[in-house]
Amino acid sequence: MLMILGKPAPLLFGQLLLGIINGSFYAMLSLGLAIIFGLLNVINFAHGALFMVGAFVTWGLLHYLGIGYWPAMVLAPVMVGAFGLGLERTLIRFTYKLDILYGLLLTFGLALVLQGLFTNAYGSSGVSYSAPDLLSGTLNLGFMYLPVYRGFVVAAAIIICVAVWFVIEKTSLGALLRASTENPALVQAFGVNVPRVIALTFAAGVALAGLAGVLAAPLYSVNPGMGTDLINTVFAVVVIGGMGSIGGAILTGFGLGIIQGFTEVYYPAASSVVVFAVMAVVLLARPAGLFGRAA
Amino acid sequence: MLEIADLNAWYDESHVLHGMKFEVREGECVTLLGRNGAGKSTTLKAIMGLVPKRTGSIRFRGAELIAARPDTIGRAGIGFCPEDRGIFAGLTVEENLMLPPVVAPGGMSIADIHELFPNLRERAKSPGTKLSGGEQQMLAIARILRTGAKLLLLDEPTEGLAPVIVQQIGHMIAEIKRRGFTVLLVEQNFRFAAKLADRHYLVEHGQVVDMIPAHELAARAESLNQRLGI
Repeated sequence: MLMILGKPAPLLFGQLLLGIINGSFYAMLSLGLAIIFGLLNVINFAHGALFMVGAFVTWGLLHYLGIGYWPAMVLAPVMVGAFGLGLERTLIRFTYKLDILYGLLLTFGLALVLQGLFTNAYGSSGVSYSAPDLLSGTLNLGFMYLPVYRGFVVAAAIIICVAVWFVIEKTSLGALLRASTENPALVQAFGVNVPRVIALTFAAGVALAGLAGVLAAPLYSVNPGMGTDLINTVFAVVVIGGMGSIGGAILTGFGLGIIQGFTEVYYPAASSVVVFAVMAVVLLARPAGLFGRAA
Repeated sequence: MLEIADLNAWYDESHVLHGMKFEVREGECVTLLGRNGAGKSTTLKAIMGLVPKRTGSIRFRGAELIAARPDTIGRAGIGFCPEDRGIFAGLTVEENLMLPPVVAPGGMSIADIHELFPNLRERAKSPGTKLSGGEQQMLAIARILRTGAKLLLLDEPTEGLAPVIVQQIGHMIAEIKRRGFTVLLVEQNFRFAAKLADRHYLVEHGQVVDMIPAHELAARAESLNQRLGI
């Protein structure tokens, strides 16, 4: 058997793939968090719960309505985004003028409520959802077997991240968002309805979490705690990448997934803490994060 | 075009404007003169709806704007160039220029703007705040010329700039006026304002205390200098 750095190649590549897949979710979720934090100055603790809702909506569309994976890929993010819009209009917008902790506590509470409601309805072990036929099976890459759905998730995550980065950094809509992040009062005086921009940005950010939930549904068990498991790591990713940096969130998300994958191979006991160890080191050297501008 | 009456404004507990009253007629260039802290900048912010609390009357083309939100005021056709210039660091020069939405037909074309401000074309891809102070000021004015806003509120466009740049800005404002824009200018630089404006309002302690038409300026220069503390 081929050995690389003292480990069997299939083991190494397998864990690397797992790392990249985890990194895909870290990147997609931290991207939404970074966008929301940049414009709303709200640390959205409900992001993981909305990711979970996205996965449940995907399952529910099939289970109750017979609507399959591909339509769900559009419908679930739209529904989660609309739900987010409702949360922003009825609750979150009242925290903008308060200390940042209020938004954090409110969204933390929302996360617990959502998780509780879904646990009550579906139990904590959750439900299962299988990948569409088109994406089932495995590919033999020569050095390893790649489950098609996993390859699809990684490709989709990269496309989503690049598309979001492009919209924010290279389009006039993105320029409007960046300007509103910097000086919302002046942008509003130019004639832009900034409160509406903020509400739609929150909706778009949580729709992104919903979309990640769709991608996750066939991969993980769809259960009420799936968001919480992920979101702690995602917050570490955001802190390491630098709050509010879009490119930083993407690169850090994938990078940390890969680091975690390798740790799983060489020292499995450390795999769940390695992200936080990296966070501690980065914060000691660069308090604003790897890509963040010093506050 | 713009009629201000009994305008009061507050920042939290401090009452800054105490019944401002003045008007700006179509095609005019009007200045608000006054010492630091007299309330000139606050007047512009109050017109744009950018103070926490204001009362009184702000009529623009007959419409009352005292209760309107800043975006409604911007959409009504008032362009604002703030004292700190408000150039966005996260946006390129071109993005800064294209940021304010078009609110009415009849704004200047990009070609016209580039002709008036050639530097903005050359540096289109640079971050907005990498420009010199004078260039940033020109960008801050240029971007509100595009939008179709016909009344421009300019807050101390010459502040902190070298004399040769101040002269350029002066030519620019004269050109803007020639093209039919109406300008409400806040200035500390009395000599700069004197060359441009049709009328001057003297502001003290948040009130208009005097109005001086351009042709009376020379005769009253001495008393004005005293009151402005020049």
